[in-house]
This record gives sequence, C-alpha cells and structure tokens, in this order.
Amino acid sequence: MKVLVPVKRVIDYNVKVRVKADGSGVDLANVKMSMNPFDEIAVEEAIRLKEKGVATEVVAVSIGVKQAQETLRTALAMGADRAILIEAAEDVTQDIEPLAVAKLLKAVVEEEQPGLVIAGKQAIDNDMNATGQMLAALLGWPQATFASELKIEGDHAVVTREVDGGLQTVKVKLPAIVTADLRLNEPRYASLPNIMKAKKKPLEVKTPADYGVDVSPRLTVVSTSEPPARKAGVKVADVAELVSKLKNEAGVL
Amino acid sequence: MAVLIVADHDNASLNDVTAKTVSAAKAIGGDVHVLVAGKDAGPAAEAAARLDGVKKVIHVEGDAYAHQLAEPMAELVRSLADAYEHILFPSASMGKSVAPRVAALLDVMVLSDVTAVKGPDEFERPIYAGNAMQVVRSADPKKVMTIRGASFDAAGEQAPAPIETAPAAADPGLSEWVEDKLAASDRPELTSARIVISGGRGVGSAENFKIIERLADKLGAAVGASRAAVDSGYAPNDWQVGQTGKVVAPELYIAVGISGAIQHLAGMKDSKVIVAINKDEEAPIFQVADYGLVADLFEAVPELEKQLG
Ligand SMILES: Cc1cc2nc3c(=O)[nH]c(=O)nc-3n(C[C@H](O)[C@H](O)[C@H](O)COP(=O)(O)OP(=O)(O)OC[C@H]3O[C@@H](n4cnc5c(N)ncnc54)[C@H](O)[C@@H]3O)c2cc1C
Ligand SMILES: Nc1ncnc2c1ncn2[C@@H]1O[C@H](COP(=O)(O)O)[C@@H](O)[C@H]1O
Repeated sequence: MKVLVPVKRVIDYNVKVRVKADGSGVDLANVKMSMNPFDEIAVEEAIRLKEKGVATEVVAVSIGVKQAQETLRTALAMGADRAILIEAAEDVTQDIEPLAVAKLLKAVVEEEQPGLVIAGKQAIDNDMNATGQMLAALLGWPQATFASELKIEGDHAVVTREVDGGLQTVKVKLPAIVTADLRLNEPRYASLPNIMKAKKKPLEVKTPADYGVDVSPRLTVVSTSEPPARKAGVKVADVAELVSKLKNEAGVL
Repeated sequence: MAVLIVADHDNASLNDVTAKTVSAAKAIGGDVHVLVAGKDAGPAAEAAARLDGVKKVIHVEGDAYAHQLAEPMAELVRSLADAYEHILFPSASMGKSVAPRVAALLDVMVLSDVTAVKGPDEFERPIYAGNAMQVVRSADPKKVMTIRGASFDAAGEQAPAPIETAPAAADPGLSEWVEDKLAASDRPELTSARIVISGGRGVGSAENFKIIERLADKLGAAVGASRAAVDSGYAPNDWQVGQTGKVVAPELYIAVGISGAIQHLAGMKDSKVIVAINKDEEAPIFQVADYGLVADLFEAVPELEKQLG
C-alpha cells in the first residue's frame, strides 16, 4: 500500500507573527519557515507504517512556492521515498486555499493510487482545518479526522479520534483520508546522514496546469488586523490580595 | 433566503455551541432553520425548537446519524443545500469534520471558525493562532462555515418553533462507529463555563492535577489544561485549551503552572479576567494576566481553596 502525505511549508511555530502596518497581511519576509507541525506527525506515521511493513512507499506532496522543496527534503530526510512539488505560487505571501489544494491532491491521488492519505489536521498559518475533509469529499472516500491512533486491519483503518468529550473510535474503508492530531506520535528528527541521502531522492516538480486545476481563490481578504491587545495587569503579593481583587475589583467571585 | 444551522448534539441534548451559532445566523439575517439529524433525537430537536430566533427545525432520523459520522452527515446536508445560501455549523468536533466536506461537495470554500459577521458575504476569522484577525469576502454562491462559540452569545428561549420531519439521505456506507470513550463529569462544559481553571506542565503529574480539580469544584468551574499537560498524561485530551484545542472565553480564567505559549493564549486570551499563578516571574502568561501571582502552585492553589472556603 502506498501512502501519500501532503506537507505544507508554514511560518515556524515559534515565530511571533506581525501584522503588516498597511493591513494587507502578515509579514513573511525573512522569517523562519518550517514544515507544518501536524504534517511532521503525518509523515512520521506514514514512515512507521512502512517500517511495520504495512506501507510499501511513502510519497510527500507539497503545493506552494518553489521554496517548499525544502519542506519536501525534510520529509525525505525523515524517511519518505519520493516527493512531488506543485508550484502554484511565486509570491511567498500567496496562500493556496484548501479547496484548490484538495483539487490538486485529488489529481495526484488519481495518478498515484495510494491506499491511504495522511494529512495534518490543521495548517498553523491559515488555521483552516479543511483540506483533508475536502479531499475526502472530492474523492468520495471516508475520512477520519483528528487521529490519535491509527491501525490498519485488512482493507480497513481503525482510527481513534480526539473529539469534544474525549475519544471516539471509527472504522473506515480503505482507501481513506486520515488527519493527524498532536498525540498520534512524536515525530523523529532527521539524522545528518539521512539529510544527505534525502538530497538524492527523487523530487518531481509540477504545476497546477499539468493537472488542469484552477487555483484562483474564492475568498478575498478585505483586511488583516492585530487582535485587540489586553492591557497590562498587576502582580499581587499573595493569595489574600488575589482573592480580594477578584471579589472587590473584578467582581468575578 | 433562510440560514441553515446543523445542530451539534448527542441525541438527548444540544451542545451549547449550537445556541451560540443561532446568534451568528441572526446576524446574517433571514429565517433560521436548524437541522437535527440523529437517532432517537427527539429531545435534541425539541431543544433546538426552543432556541430564540429559530423558525423551523428539520428533524431527520436514521441509524447513520446516531453518531453524526462525517460521510452520511455531509450527504444529508448536501441534499438540503439548494434552499439555503448560508450553512452554519458550530465549531466543534462534528462541525469541523463535516463543514469542509459539505463545502467541497458544493464546490465552495469553507469559512472556518468565524468570529464575527460583517455582512452576508463578509466574515471575520482568526489566523496564525489568533495573532491576526482577517476579514474575508466570499465570492461563492453558498457560504459554508463553522462558528466559534466563544465569540457569540447563546440565543435565549422562545415558544417552540414547528418541528418538521424529513427523510434520511442515502448512506454512503464508508465508515462505522466503533466506540466512544467520553468522560462523564458533573462539571460545567469547558466551552461555556463561567470560570475555567487550567493546569500546565508545572502541575507535574495526574495525581497533582487533583488540586486543580478540587479548586475547580469549589468554584463550580470547568477544568482545562495546556498541551504539555495533556501530552504528559496529566489531563485528558478534551481538556486542552488553545490554537488546536478548545477556545474558551469565560468570565474568569485561572492559569496554573502554564508558561503562556502563543498556542495556549490563542485559546483563552478573550477571557474577561485572567489570573496566572506561576513561580517564574518572567513567564509570558503574565503579559496577558490581569492578576499575576508569582508563587509555587503547590502552596498557592491549596491556600486559594482554603480562603474561598
Ligand atoms: C502545532 C502545535 C499546536 C499546539 N497547540 C497547543 C494548544 O492547543 N494548547 C496549548 O496549551 N499548547 C499548544 N501547543 C504547545 C505550546 O507551544 C506549549 O508547548 C505549551 O502550551 C506549553 O505548556 P505549559 O505552559 O504547560 O508548559 P511549559 O511551557 O513547560 O510551562 C510550565 C510552566 O510551569 C511553571 N511551573 C513549574 N513548576 C511550578 C510550580 N511548582 N509552581 C508554579 N509554577 C510552576 C514554569 O515556570 C513554567 O512557566 C502547541 C504546539 C504546537 C507546535
Ligand atoms: N499547500 C499545501 N501543500 C501541501 N499540503 C497542504 C497544503 N495546504 C494544506 N495541506 C495539508 O492539509 C492539512 C490541513 O491544512 P488546512 O486545511 O489548510 O488547515 C495540512 O496539515 C497539510 O497536510
């Protein structure tokens, strides 16, 4: 079984995001970019399936600017076998919407015929939480979102999901889409020899036109602004002062 | 045109976020219809009919909807979509799973986690863990969206609106429910509690988390946790507050042994009053706290419990 893993290049989760003064978006010039953390978890899960002999090949796919090659090299260094970059934007500030990403991934799935797609649950830049579900819809496949455990049993996947009240287990027919949540696994770091080896692994470059997909956005950004700032509070000396402030000043107790 | 809300419920009762979604629907304008799809979901349908502003409840019964699995739910919503320009889901597990699936079936973009309605086709939503707020305009013929509960007030009560029953849609039969492991609790729901008290890595163990829980019970509060506390097994996954956990905006939020990473702040910084208890006076959580107490939590929390007694 082949496993496909879509990986997105996003601002590193440690970077403090700044909104541009003209309200046109956030400042992405010269900031550290990394693989979306949920996608690292997805790649790790795919590699573990290969190590267990369940998966035969792991293919990483990224859609975005040409620098997303670096993200794909990270996936290859972790252990993916091959990579596909779909160059869909030239400007680093241009985000391809989940619907367009899902359409491109559908085309890749039709070509590659994987038995399983493991995506991240959410990209930490646009916080959409949508692509996996959209891809599942377009393919008419089942979906198991927010996975914290994944087992392949014959032609089914048994997936434990993190839901509002706790955990839910579902059984989906393969081929299926699974989206990775934080506790699915702890992704490995790529070792130096593996980083060197990754440079020689195949990385194919395509364009949306190759797949006949229109990536024009459906949403227009009207404005981007800083959230309202909280005003600085005070330090209290002890528990007694805290209780008194909460009762008398804030009136919340 | 009417607005359709897809109710989040467990057949017996409605999840609170549904009542908040009604307020978002009213802000869009037009009649508000609520779809309650489930198995023996009569009580949930009746609760939806009593939400102020609801004109009609569409009640659909079917085995496939017992656990609101994504594939049959999406087919059902698609089958009803012709009559609506706006389809709203509460932003909770079900809505986050089903809304994008519905949107793709309708060939439209989804609007995730909407925090404000600016007009019938303009909506505000947070990006980058809430470090930026974006207003977007949708050019799609239908707007499918999830509504962030913490940003809207719950709709009140009314004399019940009519409940119509409608037939089930075809079940694509792609998935099966196996089991739920849901912790039963007498505490208020995290996303609608008036007071939330959360523990972080500083709490140190599942055993120690009991001091947080005891304080919560004394205050009638819900209990939350940081990702680090959940990852370490001190607290269950459904307690996680943050960018990728639950978003809360209570009257009072007490963060105990939590450093205040941006991913955590994303889930609680709209709380009315924030208290931080942390032994490190440099902890970033103090930058958003109205009241900061630099102290060892193992002394401060029991003391707080005592003084409130
Ligand atoms: C993709 C992604 C998504 C994430 N999503 C979330 C999310 O939704 N929610 C979330 O919370 N995090 C999330 N995180 C994790 C986040 O970045 C932080 O790692 C996490 O919030 C840290 O948790 P913490 O504050 O409990 O632990 P730490 O950062 O380790 O802080 C522990 C604090 O406890 C204090 N302390 C220790 N002992 C005591 C004591 N005896 N008394 C008082 N204080 C004490 C310390 O001074 C310290 O400030 C996410 C990260 C990533 C990469
Ligand atoms: N441009 C992209 N390239 C590759 N994968 C993507 C891209 N955008 C989204 N994804 C995948 O979809 C997941 C969810 O993203 P989103 O729906 O944008 O929150 C991510 O974790 C990735 O696995």
